[in-house]
Amino acid sequence: MSLVNLHQVHKYYGDHHVLKGIDLDIKAGEVVSIIGRSGSGKSTLLRCINGLEQYQKGGITLDGKEVTTDDIQVRRLALSVGMIFQNFNLFPHMTVGENVMLAPTIVLKKSKAEAEATARAMLEKVGLAEKFDSFPEKLSGGQQQRVAIARALAMSPKVLLCDEITSALDPELVGEVLKVLEQLAKEGMTLILVTHEMNFARDVGSRVVFMHQGKVWEQGDSKTLLSNPQTDELKQFMGAVL
Amino acid sequence: MLYFSDLLQYSDVFFSGLMTTVELTVLTTFLGVALGTTCATLRQYGNLAGQRIVSVYVELIRNTPFIVQLFFIFFGLPAIGIMLSPWEASMIALTINLGAYSTEIIRAGLASISKGQVEAAKVLGLNFRQTLTRVIFIPAFEKIYPALTSQCIIVMLGSAVISQISVQDLTYAANLVQSRNFRAFESYLVTALLYLGLSILLRFAFNALGKRLFAYRSVQ
Amino acid sequence: MIEFSNYDILRNLLFATQWTILLSLAAFVGGTTVALALTAMRLTRNAIMRTLVRMYVELFQGTPLLMQMFLCFFGLSMLGYEISAWGAAILSLTFFTSAFLVEIWRGCIDTLPKGQWEASRCLGLSFLQTLRFIILPQAIRVATAPTVGFSVQVIKGTALASVIGFVELTKVGTMLNNATFEPFKVFTLVALIYFMLCYPLSLYSKHLEKKFNVSR
Ligand SMILES: Nc1ncnc2c1ncn2[C@@H]1O[C@H](COP(=O)(O)OP(=O)(O)O)[C@@H](O)[C@H]1O
Ligand SMILES: [Mg+2]
Repeated sequence: MSLVNLHQVHKYYGDHHVLKGIDLDIKAGEVVSIIGRSGSGKSTLLRCINGLEQYQKGGITLDGKEVTTDDIQVRRLALSVGMIFQNFNLFPHMTVGENVMLAPTIVLKKSKAEAEATARAMLEKVGLAEKFDSFPEKLSGGQQQRVAIARALAMSPKVLLCDEITSALDPELVGEVLKVLEQLAKEGMTLILVTHEMNFARDVGSRVVFMHQGKVWEQGDSKTLLSNPQTDELKQFMGAVL
Repeated sequence: MLYFSDLLQYSDVFFSGLMTTVELTVLTTFLGVALGTTCATLRQYGNLAGQRIVSVYVELIRNTPFIVQLFFIFFGLPAIGIMLSPWEASMIALTINLGAYSTEIIRAGLASISKGQVEAAKVLGLNFRQTLTRVIFIPAFEKIYPALTSQCIIVMLGSAVISQISVQDLTYAANLVQSRNFRAFESYLVTALLYLGLSILLRFAFNALGKRLFAYRSVQ
Repeated sequence: MIEFSNYDILRNLLFATQWTILLSLAAFVGGTTVALALTAMRLTRNAIMRTLVRMYVELFQGTPLLMQMFLCFFGLSMLGYEISAWGAAILSLTFFTSAFLVEIWRGCIDTLPKGQWEASRCLGLSFLQTLRFIILPQAIRVATAPTVGFSVQVIKGTALASVIGFVELTKVGTMLNNATFEPFKVFTLVALIYFMLCYPLSLYSKHLEKKFNVSR
């Protein structure tokens, strides 16, 4: 059964037609890499999936339930969809531990002890257990992004959306974040990620979706598609990236 | 019940009050900003003594109420031999007040101009005065123009206090009218709205002037 | 006629200063409370609420504080609502203070990255939870310096309450002036007392601003 389903989704910013009829079906446990030029609508697509943006036509379902930007809906969505941002968006006035514990305590209403145990476990998972009491600004970019992943994981989401989460990092820090993602993929987490890391998409991803001018231009099994692109646009894009 | 029609017969009183307020505002805006520009220049580029004097002036004015400044000038100065009419006292008080605030604002603008600009002008052979007027002032004012606009409006609104030394401004008119027809709420409300109109007008005038001053922005 | 020694003048002024301080505190507390509510209204995505706040700000920033006091004092009592000078002063200073603070705070909140709102939303925090746990703690750090700075304007604003007959520092100043015919001395002292109330706050505000800029 599909976990995330998009059916003929159209999205406009004013007159600007950004998503032009997206169809996409993602099953639990898939690792889907979305690639494409800047401005092709990749971020917008992700933001529609978790209700940060309103789409105008078509339908998106998550676990069979319709996605809207209605506040209550978004909060319910947050329980099953986690999102990681390019620039981390950690809360600078809270320690790493507090960042991870916040939503479990005030949204899931877990006890402090329980939330702390979860937080420590999640930080352990991303290799930052010892940073529990540090403030985000004292961490490197790679570490901050791993905290952001731990923060999302603490809500035990069914899907994790990642929007170019290594793009703001120094090259030598990219690896540590990708390793965490790889581990998550192995454990069966459903991942939808916008990325420019072609090697990661090929080796870890199960499927690649190439977006162009607001459409899903081409998609398929990651190894097949990337070694044998069909459309000129994807060939051109890969030529530019590699 | 509200009776705004009772105010109509006093429209000439309101009008003459309005004119006094406008007149004083236009005059003190020019004088105050000129004073502020001078002081800010002194504060930023002057010698130590000049900087000190400007600082003391600015802090004294910014940390005391306008009404006390006005009373000091109007009631206090005659005691040491300086006699001023209410109108003169008001004009001086408003100018000094706006001068102090605009000094702070304009100085921030001057400070935002990079050293490179000044050095480039020097290398081109401009003297200090030319550098100031040709190179520094326009971009510096552009930076702080919104803040300066707001401050001029604040001072204009603050001028309502000069009615207390019986300058026949807009507020004086309101007091006069309500003492005659006992329609305090109506006459103060109408007056408040007239002031609101003046604020909007003043902002509008500043914007129009800004468009001309900073025209180089829109030339591509 | 009663003779006033310098000591008498100073004693009376200092006594009146208590009322200036009290009025300032009341206005500041009232102003921040109302400004908080207005800020919350402004942050909702409800267009009507936001427009209302914009009009409120425009109205109270675009008219003289003195006129607001007249309206609150003479105007309201003429309409049949009895109000003391003290009440009218607090009411109008609350309008005045909140209209400026809500704008100052808007600037502070706007400097926070949009990502803070989005991350909170993605974690399932409600609007009020986002405000309480994410936005306010950060905005307060940014807003402290300009808010302290604005408290100086509030103190100076209280001087206008003298015009509607509330007996505070400026009013006692004018009364002493009428009794002693020593305007130079009296108004110099009055100005000095205001300066001593306001200047430390101005300095503290500057200090906070520097400290904050360094810590960033
Ligand atoms: N908030 C917005 N308002 C208006 N246009 C937007 C907004 N966000 C994105 N866009 C436009 O939508 C298009 C797709 O943007 P985006 O989804 O961010 O692309 P990508 O992530 O693939 O680079 C771009 O042309 C962009 O300019
Ligand atoms: Mg993007």
